[in-house]
Amino acid sequence: MTILKTKFSKGAAIALLAGATALTSFSAYAASPMAGETLAADQTYTYRMLDGFPSLDPQLVEDVNGSDAARDLFEGLMNQDDDGNLIPGVALSYEATEGNTVYTFKLRKSNWSNGEPVTAKDFVYAWRRAADPKTASPYQWYMDLMSIKNVAAVIKGDMDPSELGVEALDDYTLQVTLSTALPYFADMTAHTTTFPTHQATVEEFGTEWTRPENMVGNGAYKLTEWVLKERTTRVRNTEYWDNENTILETVISMVISDENVALTRYLAGELDKTEVPAGQYPALKESNPAETFSFPRLCSYYYTFNLSDTGPEAFKDQRVRHALSYAIDRNVISEQVLKGGQYPAYTFTPGATAGFEVPTVPYGTWTQAERDAKAVELLAEAGYTKENPLKFDMLYNTSEGHKKVAVVMSQMWKQKLGVEATLANQEWKTFLEVRGKQDFEMARGAWCGDYNEASTFLDLLTTESGYNDGKWSNARVDELMASAKTSSNAGVNYTEVEQIMAAEMPVIPVYHYTGVLMINEQLKGWPLSNVQQKFYSRNFYKVAK
Amino acid sequence: MLKFIVKRVASAIPTLLLLILFSFVMMRLAPGGPFTSERALPVEVLANINAKYGLDQPWHIQLWRYIEGLIFHLDLGPSFKYKDRSVNDIIAQGFPVTMTYGLWSFAVAVVVGMSLGIMAAVKHNTWLDYIAVGISIGAQVLPNFIMAPILVIIFTLWLGWLPGGGWNGGQWNHVIMPVIALSTSYMASIARLTRGSMLEVLNSNYIRTAKAKGLPMRTIIFRHAIKPSLLPVMSYLGPAFVGMVTGSVVIDIYFSTGGMGQFFVDAALSRDYSLLMGITVLFGAMTILFSTIVDILYAWLDPKIKL
Amino acid sequence: MISMNRKKRDEVVDNLSNMDLVEGTSLWKDAYLRFMKNKAAVTGLILLVLMTLLAFIGPYFTPWDYQSIDWSLIGNAKDGGAPQIANRHYFGIDDLGRDIFARTMQGTQISLMVGFVGTAVAVFVGLFYGAIAGFVGGRVDNIMMRFVDILMSIPIMFVIIIFFVVFGRSIFLLFMAIGMFAWMDMARIVRGQTLAIKNKEYIEAARAAGVSGIRLITRHVIPNLLGIVVIYTSLLIPSLILTESFISFLGLGIQEPLTSWGALINEGAGQMRYGVPWQLGFPIAFFVVGMFCFFFIGDGLRDALDPKDK
Repeated sequence: MTILKTKFSKGAAIALLAGATALTSFSAYAASPMAGETLAADQTYTYRMLDGFPSLDPQLVEDVNGSDAARDLFEGLMNQDDDGNLIPGVALSYEATEGNTVYTFKLRKSNWSNGEPVTAKDFVYAWRRAADPKTASPYQWYMDLMSIKNVAAVIKGDMDPSELGVEALDDYTLQVTLSTALPYFADMTAHTTTFPTHQATVEEFGTEWTRPENMVGNGAYKLTEWVLKERTTRVRNTEYWDNENTILETVISMVISDENVALTRYLAGELDKTEVPAGQYPALKESNPAETFSFPRLCSYYYTFNLSDTGPEAFKDQRVRHALSYAIDRNVISEQVLKGGQYPAYTFTPGATAGFEVPTVPYGTWTQAERDAKAVELLAEAGYTKENPLKFDMLYNTSEGHKKVAVVMSQMWKQKLGVEATLANQEWKTFLEVRGKQDFEMARGAWCGDYNEASTFLDLLTTESGYNDGKWSNARVDELMASAKTSSNAGVNYTEVEQIMAAEMPVIPVYHYTGVLMINEQLKGWPLSNVQQKFYSRNFYKVAK
Repeated sequence: MLKFIVKRVASAIPTLLLLILFSFVMMRLAPGGPFTSERALPVEVLANINAKYGLDQPWHIQLWRYIEGLIFHLDLGPSFKYKDRSVNDIIAQGFPVTMTYGLWSFAVAVVVGMSLGIMAAVKHNTWLDYIAVGISIGAQVLPNFIMAPILVIIFTLWLGWLPGGGWNGGQWNHVIMPVIALSTSYMASIARLTRGSMLEVLNSNYIRTAKAKGLPMRTIIFRHAIKPSLLPVMSYLGPAFVGMVTGSVVIDIYFSTGGMGQFFVDAALSRDYSLLMGITVLFGAMTILFSTIVDILYAWLDPKIKL
Repeated sequence: MISMNRKKRDEVVDNLSNMDLVEGTSLWKDAYLRFMKNKAAVTGLILLVLMTLLAFIGPYFTPWDYQSIDWSLIGNAKDGGAPQIANRHYFGIDDLGRDIFARTMQGTQISLMVGFVGTAVAVFVGLFYGAIAGFVGGRVDNIMMRFVDILMSIPIMFVIIIFFVVFGRSIFLLFMAIGMFAWMDMARIVRGQTLAIKNKEYIEAARAAGVSGIRLITRHVIPNLLGIVVIYTSLLIPSLILTESFISFLGLGIQEPLTSWGALINEGAGQMRYGVPWQLGFPIAFFVVGMFCFFFIGDGLRDALDPKDK
């Protein structure tokens, strides 16, 4: 539930750095059936979503599902391939000059779904629109992150959007001027906020421009039906530049709130893809081995201590934090509670992160019996006994899965250490408010990488981070993370940060996520190795039974 | 009669205003806001969004603007969660869905429930009676959040007869399961009520007289017994109808119908202030409307009651 | 007359009340006899008493409590968690290795409590509100009943949802929220009855004797409303338990590790297809039996106390 929007792949960009000043160009990418595969007559892909799209306006989209659909309906300058590498979209190539502060994109000749050409002006319009205070996009911060010249002033309303550092040199050349050097800028253009929008349509229909009857897009699919909280249908857009390599004809998303009903409907053959309910992966892997998948994702699940002034005195004692972390048997949680192949976590950053080597931390190598013994010892040293038990509230947001983990953790503490942890669950918005105001003792946290690089996780624990709700502060960590930004060997910094965290235990890492899916055997092309799970429906195809 | 209706409408307006005030204040008291997110938005961005939705204004101005828009333009404002839609749009899409399966459920509950009740009363103390009573109590205590997934398992997974959810513009095969799941417990209540009041009527002196006169049972029931025995059932139907519409949360969740029930719960949870108030007003108005209709029908059925 | 001393006045009133009491006793006695003749109602009552006793005594007959995890079975509910005597999980375990018997007992306690406490709140508020409105009459009555009308046109379930969202969750709130929104019907019924009782001779006599308004309401009006209150209460309890289960379904009810019928059933329903039938079966059996009992008792009481039915 706390899955964040995936943004851009920094790792890939860094790999491209060497050739950044040269003209960079790529080969195209599309659905590619293997030899011997017979295509099914019905090329319809139907998948389950937990909730309906709040918006399909590329500049306003902020959720994962919405981004998935927007990638089908619109196309930005850059795309990702199945492994998360950067490949061309509307841009044929780009050139970074002036020390990575000026980016020039060469666009291909392509059309909107109404037959008009897609030009650099459409991008200029969309980007100004995204930064315009009148649009009030929650993703203005993303435009800010892109460091486009004058963006902060535009967002504040001090400058007109036309002064944003983006211009169309001609119909097929887009030039962006940045305020700071960003080697990975091109990767950021794979994100929906930067997708082009058709000015005439937006201006004619206002907020209603995203209705199926009004929408003009440049993606591989066109929206033909959008019933809020029920379904959307997208069909092949024959004006799309790579239409001939698209196989899938129709994409249908169905909103099904209950994961168990979704699974029933999947098994009844109504869906091609759904999520596996918590705890059911082993049974389904046994009964439907060819359809059940578990693969690593870029997300980390943890509990954070409130170390601010409002937090309990007990947690300021490092021994207490260690004892509580040691007493959690992470194998039980991943293997016997969640059962979806989740990775027990002793460090913060998931091992699946590109270029990140999981450092060895002492307690990660102990047996659980050793950890338990140490926990009992430390807690006794800190002055807590069965007669004088440690008591605190543990806060989590309402969800079946979070409840299970919280119940098991609290019982581990109770039975091993005599600690009395009171469970408190709150619905999402209340939870965010309470946690954000440090009005808690211990709270659940989770983070999914914005981009595929370790700093997306470790930055969270720096003093200034907006997501550091436990308010842990360590000068050395701040320093290491700051120097990592410019370091050519940031891995060393990350290792040291993880070691400091293991030594001070400001949060209790619990597990690293996996994606656990049921995918119809007939459907091919799902990007299981894209840890950010950015998929493009046009890369899928269905084979005959 | 006319005076009664005018009076009801006149009193409905302050009631609805109170309801708006209540949900307005409650929503503002709730922790978090529509734009509270996991990663706190930068101050400038939040300011832009608040300005767009008028949330930068003081409370009383927001409230006044809302009421003004509602009264003068019948405009319930933009949804805060669904950024491409207005509350009017959402209601225009979801309300017909809710009404469709709500009305069908109502019809099924009334027809089946009454038939069952009348049959049980007429065949009082026979095995038919016992079965009817057993079914109706059983149906009444089985929560519909149990029945809904069971229906999907049976009709979709095992038999493959019906789609397991969705609405598809109200195609008949998408409507059946929601109607069964929603109508069952109401049907049971109606059956029990009908049976009780029918028994009472059948034991009354005038029916005994009719029987003594040798009138056929069918005539007695349809000419003389049904109308008076409808009275207690009638007073149940108004709340039952509103209940079917508000109780539709479960139906919307399990059958993904896109109806109003789930929109309401989600609006409360995601702090979509305007959508929540819009639906509250809508259902408040519905409640008043249907209780008025019931009162009128009541007067029609029982000449002793004056409006 | 005015100088009639207090003692004498009380005597008069007591006599009048006693007269009423004699009449009342025979009414209650008749009702009791009628009720005892109703087999379904008596069976329901006995079952309910047994269930209540079991809910409170049962936990002493198992080594497991409602929150402890059986570490040897956690995550293995399907293969090793079926009900059995050997490991003393009489009803089996849930997917976290917790004992269903202990949890069902605990859930039964909470659900019955919600039913009874919620109803108590509703009856208390409704009784006084209705009695005062009916007894005082006139403009006060008009305003008070107008207010009830307004409250009744509010979609209650929606308000309860908003309540839980605003005030968070606690058992206390659960009792209050459920009870506070169920009193309006009670108030209406009581008001109607009060209007009827108000004009009876003994009330007029008591009033003539100078008994104060409040004392009249508490001592004379309310006791005479008991019949209707008992009937209504027996109908209200199951509907409040159902309401609680709906709130649990929305994930807004009771706080883990505590549980309730609704929460247990909802959890079990999620596991319906995963080979652990006991996780839904036992809680729902208790729930259904409990509901049946309340319905039969309610019917029995209505037949017994409402003579015009016969």
